[in-house]
Amino acid sequence: MENFNYHRPATVLAAAAMLKKSKDGKYMGGGHTLLPTMKQGLAAPTDIIDLTAIKNFGGIKVSKSIVTIKAGTTHMEVAASKDIKKAIPALAEMAGKIGGVHVRHKGTIGGSIANADPAADYPSACLGLGATIETNKRKIEADKFFTGMFETALKAGEIITAVHFPIPKKSAHQKFPNPASRYALTGVFLSQDGKGKVRVGVTGAAASAFRATEIEAALTKDFSAKSASSVKIAAKGLMSDMHATAAYRAHLVSVLAGRAAAAAK
Amino acid sequence: MADTKTGIGASVRRKEDLRFITGKGNYTDDINLKDQTVGYFLRSPHAHAKIKSINTAKARKMDGVVGIFTGEDVAKDKLGGLICGWMIHSKDGSPMKAGPHPVLALDKVRFVGDQVALVVAETKEQARAAAQAIVVSYDVLPHVVDVAKAMKSKANVHDVAPDNRVFNWSLGNEADTNAAFAKAAHVTSMDIVNNRLIPNAMEPRAAIGSYDTGTESYTLYTTSQNPHVARLVISAFHGLAPEHKLRVIAPDVGGGFGSKIFIYGEEVACVWASKFIGGRPIKWTGERSESFLCDAHGRDHVTKAELAMDANGKITGMRVHTKAAMGAYLSTFSAAVPTYLYGTLLSGQYNIPNIYVEVDAIYTNTAPVDAYRGAGRPEATYVVERLVETAARELKMDPAEFRRKNFVTSFPHQTPVIMMYDAGDYGAALDKALDMSDYKNFASRKAESAKNGKLRGVGFSAYIEACGIAPSAAVGSLGAGVGLWESAEVRVNPIGTVEILTGSHSHGQGHETTFAQLVSERLGVDINNVLIVHGDTDKVQMGMGTYGSRSGAVGMTAISKALDKIEAKAKKIAAAVMESSVNDVEFKDGTFTIKGTDKKMGFGEVALASYLGHKFNTSEIELGLKESAFHDPSNFVFPAGVHICEVEVDVDTGLTKIASYTAVDDFGNLINPMIVEGQVQGGVAQGIGQALLEGAVYDEDSGQLLTGSFMDYNMPRAANMPHIENFQLGFTCTPCPSNPLGMKGCGEAGAIAAPPAVINAITHALGVRDIAMPATPLTVWTAMQSMKIAAE
Amino acid sequence: MSVVKMKLNGKAVNGDVEARTLLVDFIRQNLGMTGTHVGCDTSQCGACVVHVNGKAIKSCTILAVACESADVTTVEGLAKGGDLHAMQAAFKEHHGLQCGFCTPGMIMSAIDIVKRNGKNVSEDVIRRELSGNICRCTGYHNIVKAVQAGAANM
Repeated sequence: MENFNYHRPATVLAAAAMLKKSKDGKYMGGGHTLLPTMKQGLAAPTDIIDLTAIKNFGGIKVSKSIVTIKAGTTHMEVAASKDIKKAIPALAEMAGKIGGVHVRHKGTIGGSIANADPAADYPSACLGLGATIETNKRKIEADKFFTGMFETALKAGEIITAVHFPIPKKSAHQKFPNPASRYALTGVFLSQDGKGKVRVGVTGAAASAFRATEIEAALTKDFSAKSASSVKIAAKGLMSDMHATAAYRAHLVSVLAGRAAAAAK
Repeated sequence: MADTKTGIGASVRRKEDLRFITGKGNYTDDINLKDQTVGYFLRSPHAHAKIKSINTAKARKMDGVVGIFTGEDVAKDKLGGLICGWMIHSKDGSPMKAGPHPVLALDKVRFVGDQVALVVAETKEQARAAAQAIVVSYDVLPHVVDVAKAMKSKANVHDVAPDNRVFNWSLGNEADTNAAFAKAAHVTSMDIVNNRLIPNAMEPRAAIGSYDTGTESYTLYTTSQNPHVARLVISAFHGLAPEHKLRVIAPDVGGGFGSKIFIYGEEVACVWASKFIGGRPIKWTGERSESFLCDAHGRDHVTKAELAMDANGKITGMRVHTKAAMGAYLSTFSAAVPTYLYGTLLSGQYNIPNIYVEVDAIYTNTAPVDAYRGAGRPEATYVVERLVETAARELKMDPAEFRRKNFVTSFPHQTPVIMMYDAGDYGAALDKALDMSDYKNFASRKAESAKNGKLRGVGFSAYIEACGIAPSAAVGSLGAGVGLWESAEVRVNPIGTVEILTGSHSHGQGHETTFAQLVSERLGVDINNVLIVHGDTDKVQMGMGTYGSRSGAVGMTAISKALDKIEAKAKKIAAAVMESSVNDVEFKDGTFTIKGTDKKMGFGEVALASYLGHKFNTSEIELGLKESAFHDPSNFVFPAGVHICEVEVDVDTGLTKIASYTAVDDFGNLINPMIVEGQVQGGVAQGIGQALLEGAVYDEDSGQLLTGSFMDYNMPRAANMPHIENFQLGFTCTPCPSNPLGMKGCGEAGAIAAPPAVINAITHALGVRDIAMPATPLTVWTAMQSMKIAAE
Repeated sequence: MSVVKMKLNGKAVNGDVEARTLLVDFIRQNLGMTGTHVGCDTSQCGACVVHVNGKAIKSCTILAVACESADVTTVEGLAKGGDLHAMQAAFKEHHGLQCGFCTPGMIMSAIDIVKRNGKNVSEDVIRRELSGNICRCTGYHNIVKAVQAGAANM
């Protein structure tokens, strides 16, 4: 990999300033996407601004209605959090299925969401729970955040600082991993709030995480496994590769939504 | 019997483990030599192209660059090309069409990853940067990656083979076989694909080549399963240096599975180029991406196979036509794999009077294909066991009973395809496997699975393989360029400790333990007082290495023979020292006694006496206690067994889970059952990998390898394997008559047996005739979809 | 080049590294400790697993400079005064290794699994949590047995 200037700022402000000053700098959280990409020669930033030393960049806070996870919190911390397990058990479960143990020890929620890998797990939770993503500049609704493959609403230099998840009445996560990479071949995160409103976030199936609105409608009418799994999702627009055709991904969305509806608690 | 805790048959904990569990292993990349440089290979981005020019001018001036070498430099120095050590003749008598295989590409590249230049620099980053600055001008040519299409492709991989066919080989009697089919009451016919695999030993290949300007000799540290063969080939065929001027060392090697048998261009280039940079060592450590692109792949057969049966369900004939991919070049052993390691095993465990097989070996613009765990025998077993299972279903017979009806039951048994099976009891293994797997209650388990939305199926694999390769005269007559014997030397030190020098090479098999167990058993020496020396051509005189499950049957037999000589000489010395007749000396549990007296000497005392020469006439008995032996086996050994797999297929997703796996194997006598079981478990995992997970995919349009990393090539993980209590191993034993230890090989059996067991189980579960390997969730779901459509 | 300092197996170490130097290269090249292996280039195989501040991480996917002042343990640091760590001993006792190349990473991951899941960690959890460690030799059967046995003795 190409060499670069390494920075380890102690504040978000300093990090943003460093990026601005760099020619082609990149923020780094756990580094589990950026470093492999650089090793393959697919990225060669001039500067890496390591966010992991920022003071109070990680942490979990659970209020009556909101789970707030600060950007530097690792997947393992989320998976192990007793508070999250109580408030949104599916969220802890989901974090416990990201990558392998080593990835979970290093990878952060902020990094995962900012990177917006089409097969990453967190985007489905953000959409499925109607999260709000907070940056050093503003708050962005999850529905407006994931804009394309590896593309988000983040502006240049903007840093995610926290993610706020409303606590639903019940929720569930189902993941069908790519057998080789263990990323989500398709993943579904669904929730139902106190008013009966259902959200279904889907990852791995399309270029960007999306909400399966047909399934949401069906589940709002009748919250049951059958109601979710009977919805036929159109294959058009979904990804197709050697591991899964678009038709298979479409089918998995319904199957996983059905299983999630059955498991929701 | 020696101390039963360390002798033959004991599950002795491995002596080699201490260094591996404490991080003290010594793999090639762990070694650093003085003044070492780093080698980096520039590789072809094209599947097939003419090299118009290579401009290295800019790269040579870059920081840290020590030297850059291309195919022209290799040609200028008259370094020979890579060879295929097995000559196959087509059925019309013509020799196979071997195209040139230069150490570094000359004029042409033939697959994505073909090595174009070696860049040597002070650091890896410098070498890589310089490689990127080399300008290669290519004229892209048409390519073909699909073996089924290659003979009719406009791509021409090698000029010598205009239709890309290397040879058209046959075995068996065609007329008799056709006659059997003409008379058959039932014929089962199948198109069978054996998917291409990438070996992926966990340690990537690596080499350090150096040249000593003072002694004018070369040293090559390399990840080899057979360092002596590497030395022989580099010396005799590449012409680098005579053997006494070339030392090849294979230190700890992190797995091979066949892929580290072969002589590759990278290793040869490193040791050759060292001379041109003043003898500085050049280290190359392959990256995993390079392993994917350039290590020899395995399998890749497309076959039409037919089985003929009479009205009683007896098999009367088998007819097979296989297209076997060879890749872009003929690798070291490649030609033997789809021929004498394949066609000769098509009789399986069955009495089949007529067999005819024809094989077209075909060049494709892909990595070379060569031996990978099982080599030819997994492909043969897959054909036989898929055919037999399908035939049983078509005849509405129980697949176990159909097999039993056709088993070979008397030995020796001459098959129509060369092999003479020496011993076995296939019915016994079947009975044991049926019992262990609780076959009789399968229906209730199937019903239980159905309640959970799962389709359950059961599949059999009654495999046989020929290993312990092999009788030298036999393989010589079939085209092998070498003899396949093994050598051993036993050196007894004056204090009675023992050094065994062996031509076998351990890269996970545990030779340091099992070989020591043999010595412990024979000489009564503590295994901790036995040192196994291997993997260095300067220490061990000659050897053929480890592959084809041969280290036990061939390598240990050589040691056993040398131990016979040690015992005979020690008896002479003991007799002289104890002033008795050698005929009266008895040797048991490490003690020499004189019949009818209370005279005795320990093995250590005799060892010391042999070096002192005080108490025997040194002109009659030569001083010292050191003997060597070569062993050339008189036959292959024939491990066989029955594996039964049960799967559960998730109807919704197509995900297949191994619900249970039962392996019953007959390996003859076992030296260390713990190690043997480990070999079976590992082999079965690779077989399950082939059936469910693994498959190399090249993009037809671009010729690029799509499964070029662990992100896309699905390696078996812990969760893919059956639970501990659902993976049962059992053994039957018919001792092998062709070696004194009665051993057969155990290293490849699992990888040979498992794929058809798994696929037979999935097709049984789904009620389909065939499903492609790897049976991924997508593949299984797609098959279920087409069944649904057909049913509607 | 800059100097990085850390604690490795309880000893203070330092060395000159570039920003791009990976922790595994610092350990293998600068410090000459070769027990930690490299088996892939896509952060998948787990042969390079070490503990950084008590957590199992892939040393091929972390910069050496990011480990400034960290407490790093490699497989060489497990045995204490000639006594094998319970997990090392279990791998030997249960034949949890063949070629030995993946073994250091396996053992380091196994210890992390037990630390977080306790002595009675289930077979399912072990298998799931070994997803980031690839072994080509053993079929994992004896590795899983070894981790269970090692857990009981830790």
